[in-house]
Amino acid sequence: MGEWMTVTDPDLSSESKNICQYTSETKMSPSSLYSQQVLCSSIPLSKNVHSFFSAFCTEENIEQSISYLDQEQLETSRREMIGLQERDRQLQCKNRNLHQLLKNEKDEVQKLQNIIASRATQYNHDMKRKEREYNKLKERLHQLVMNKKDKKIAMEVLNYVGRADGKRGSWRTGKTEASFFLRNEDEMYKILLNDYEYRQKQILMENAELKKVLQQMKKEMISLLSPQKQKPRERADDSTGTVLSDAEEDAGELSRESLWDLSCETVREQLTNSIRKQWRILKSHVEKLDNQVSKVHLEGFNDEDVISRQDHEQETEKLELEIQQCKEMIKTQQQLLQQQLATACDDDTTSLLRDCYLLEEKERLKEEWSLFKEQKKNFEKERRSFTDAAIRLGLERKAFEEERASWLKQQFLNMTTFDHQNSENMKLFSAFSGSSDRDSLTVHSRPRQKKPHGVSNGSPVCTSKLTKSLPASPSTSDFCQTRSCASEHSSINVLNITPEEPKPNPVGREGTNQKWSMASRPGSQEGCYSGCSSTYRNSHVEKDDLP
Amino acid sequence: MNFSEVFKLSSLLCKFSPDGKYLASCVQYRLVIRDVNTLQILQLYTCLDQIQHIEWSADSLFILCAMYKRGLVQVWSLEQPEWHCRIDEGSAGLVASCWSPDGRHILNTTEFHLRITVWSLCTKSVSYIKYPKACQQGIAFTRDGRYMALAERRDCKDHVSIFVCSDWQLLRHFDTETQDLAGIEWAPNGCVLAVWDTCLEYKVLLYSLDGRLLSAYCAYEWSLGVKSVAWSPSSQFLAVGSYDGKVRILNHVTWKMITEFGHPATVNNPKTVVYKEAEKNPQLALGRLAFPAPRAAASPASNTESKYEIASAPVSLQTLKPIADRANPKIGVGALAFSPDNYFLATRSDSVPNAVWIWDIQKLRLFVVLEQLSPVRSFQWDPQQPRLAICTGGSKVYLWSPAGCLSVQVPGEGDFQVLSLCWHFSGDSMALLSKDHFCLCFLETEERVGTAFGRPGDHT
Repeated sequence: MGEWMTVTDPDLSSESKNICQYTSETKMSPSSLYSQQVLCSSIPLSKNVHSFFSAFCTEENIEQSISYLDQEQLETSRREMIGLQERDRQLQCKNRNLHQLLKNEKDEVQKLQNIIASRATQYNHDMKRKEREYNKLKERLHQLVMNKKDKKIAMEVLNYVGRADGKRGSWRTGKTEASFFLRNEDEMYKILLNDYEYRQKQILMENAELKKVLQQMKKEMISLLSPQKQKPRERADDSTGTVLSDAEEDAGELSRESLWDLSCETVREQLTNSIRKQWRILKSHVEKLDNQVSKVHLEGFNDEDVISRQDHEQETEKLELEIQQCKEMIKTQQQLLQQQLATACDDDTTSLLRDCYLLEEKERLKEEWSLFKEQKKNFEKERRSFTDAAIRLGLERKAFEEERASWLKQQFLNMTTFDHQNSENMKLFSAFSGSSDRDSLTVHSRPRQKKPHGVSNGSPVCTSKLTKSLPASPSTSDFCQTRSCASEHSSINVLNITPEEPKPNPVGREGTNQKWSMASRPGSQEGCYSGCSSTYRNSHVEKDDLP
Repeated sequence: MNFSEVFKLSSLLCKFSPDGKYLASCVQYRLVIRDVNTLQILQLYTCLDQIQHIEWSADSLFILCAMYKRGLVQVWSLEQPEWHCRIDEGSAGLVASCWSPDGRHILNTTEFHLRITVWSLCTKSVSYIKYPKACQQGIAFTRDGRYMALAERRDCKDHVSIFVCSDWQLLRHFDTETQDLAGIEWAPNGCVLAVWDTCLEYKVLLYSLDGRLLSAYCAYEWSLGVKSVAWSPSSQFLAVGSYDGKVRILNHVTWKMITEFGHPATVNNPKTVVYKEAEKNPQLALGRLAFPAPRAAASPASNTESKYEIASAPVSLQTLKPIADRANPKIGVGALAFSPDNYFLATRSDSVPNAVWIWDIQKLRLFVVLEQLSPVRSFQWDPQQPRLAICTGGSKVYLWSPAGCLSVQVPGEGDFQVLSLCWHFSGDSMALLSKDHFCLCFLETEERVGTAFGRPGDHT
């Protein structure tokens, strides 16, 4: 878009160069051309001008130019992506290195800890050794001290003091020793039990308070949720169902509250479960409210979106208007330029211009030429092949005609000179037998020859005989003769045989029919050639089939 | 806030009697008993040698004075001043001496921890307990005085013996899974015994009164472990301070950690109030000072007034880099104390020596940080209310309560370097001890209510 508007931008020379490159590389991008046209108003005419003005700005070009613009953007974004990928790769590499370092550090820490452990054990062992020695010394010293008893009384008291609690000291007997022991044990356990009981009392009190709080919470939660009851009363909602049921429960079981003061497992579970249930309901309720609130916000945004879409449309309209204006401006500019150029430039330039204008057409024409040429070549090839085929066919026909002629001659001769010696027959027969491939021809040709030739009184019997059984002794001889004689006379006549005659030949080869029909029509070209070639092929095949 | 006269003292031996009526102090080999309110000398006893340790009996009737060099313990009676008692350990030597909870028995630990001799004041009987463990805190009495737990070491293994104090019968004896037991402490309710291992291994074991192992807790391996341990007054929590600079709170129901408190060098949370002690320029001080001018002009370091300023987050605290390859490094949580109402925990991290951290136990987060100008030597909670007294070795004593904090200059001729302090059980007064002197500080009732921060102490 920017390119279209940059009419008076001074630093466009580089752009123009790029664009020139662009044009040389690609096939005359319309946008670049377009921009160049725009630029030309500011840049003086130069040698490169010819590369600029070569395309008109049309509606189609705009779309193409837009696509080209997008392509440029694509390029830049692709480059960015590549850059980012490279960076990502580098960071991954760094990350791997750091992980490796971390692993190394951890290993070292582990090693040091092991060292510390081993040192500690060693140290403990040494300490124990020293301690044993020390104990020995202490024992020794103790012995010495105890032995070395002073005569002096260790404790000197003016008079013994009474006990703190005023009691007298009791005598120690064996019985009382044990009783002392038991008494001490009793006392100790009493103290411990007192302590535990005291703590348990405290905990019970705490539990009772907490339970009360939970109950309160539950009630409040139910009351909070109860307004909801009125709305979805119809719905068999689980939440409301439970709320209702809980409310009923509570209403009906207030008397059981006192039981809840007991701290038994089931009661506790009941309470916690009901609290959890209520909490879940409350939570979902709050979440619903949150969603509603957010939806309202979103709808607000949607409205904004709608509005913005409208704005967007307005903007697009504006932009389209601008585009129209620009287009018109450019058209006028073009016209002006053309006028200018038309008036102010030389013949050379005009010719050049004309050449420029026609260049595209020329190129198009060139393309078409090349297309035509190709087609022509193909046609030529085909023609050649056809002609080859036709030549071949002609040759074959020639050969066939010759054979036919000879055969007819023979026949004729046989018919006329029926009582000739067998030597000729034998000759003919051999000739006949040798060329077994001509049999079909002779067979086919025989009935045809009957009609136009008045001369030949070829009785159908003979033909039938011939048709039925080939080489029969006398008939074949006859056949051969007639053929030979016929060939002399009726070589030309053969060609004039009417093609529409149906053939009684049981072999029934439509190919031959066709052949004959084609033979009578030498004028047709292509179809004839193709037909000839096909029949030629067929006849070859047929010949082979015959024994 | 009233300060008393300054009296002579030696070896920081100054103790209030448990009933709060008397104050005992030592000057060399003399024991002086004063009345708490009037500070008049009630009794004066003379011992045979320089006293290293004094201890009141639980009923405040007797007081023992231990002279370790001579291996002597002398016991004095308040009711009967002429009564005397002397216990001579002889060649066995003496390293520690303490009362039993009934106030009628004295437990002497002989040299090299060879044995503990239980001397009775009522009878002629003497008991010996063998193989006591030589550790930081080897003897622990329950709060009600019924039982005594003793750490022992036999056959290179740690054991704990629980004795019934009334008749010194062995109630339970069990071995612990510790490498080298460092200390034991009863919970205030007397039903659980916390046992912790040497700092080379982080291990805290919890035993029931009847010797069952309730739980074992180990936060981490290999690094230096437990440095300090404190029970909350309600027995609900056990705070374990370790060398990694963190305090881990275990709860009494599951004995699992519920939270850990770190001591970073920078306090980022804007909710935490950080009080920084700042020196006040004496010239700029307003006429509210009670000091006469020449005193203010005296040696600047200790006599300059200081006040607390609130620093805004993020606050960075002074840190101390410990020497790398020395034993007992100055890192980790070295001091822990719960307030009596169970609401606060005061800690000190040795790598941030100038600061005291106060944690809100209700919300389990850092509440206040107090940073002093010099390293904190000790702090003590008021036994009755959440009020913390801090001393740093300077001539000031610092008080913090949730209402605020203040720094008080101890008046006196020359310097009075407060090295230690102890509260009276009622919380009305506290004794401030320096190397050679001590004085009493009386806190008025109105001080508790409206202690504004930044206000210098009033001296009447």
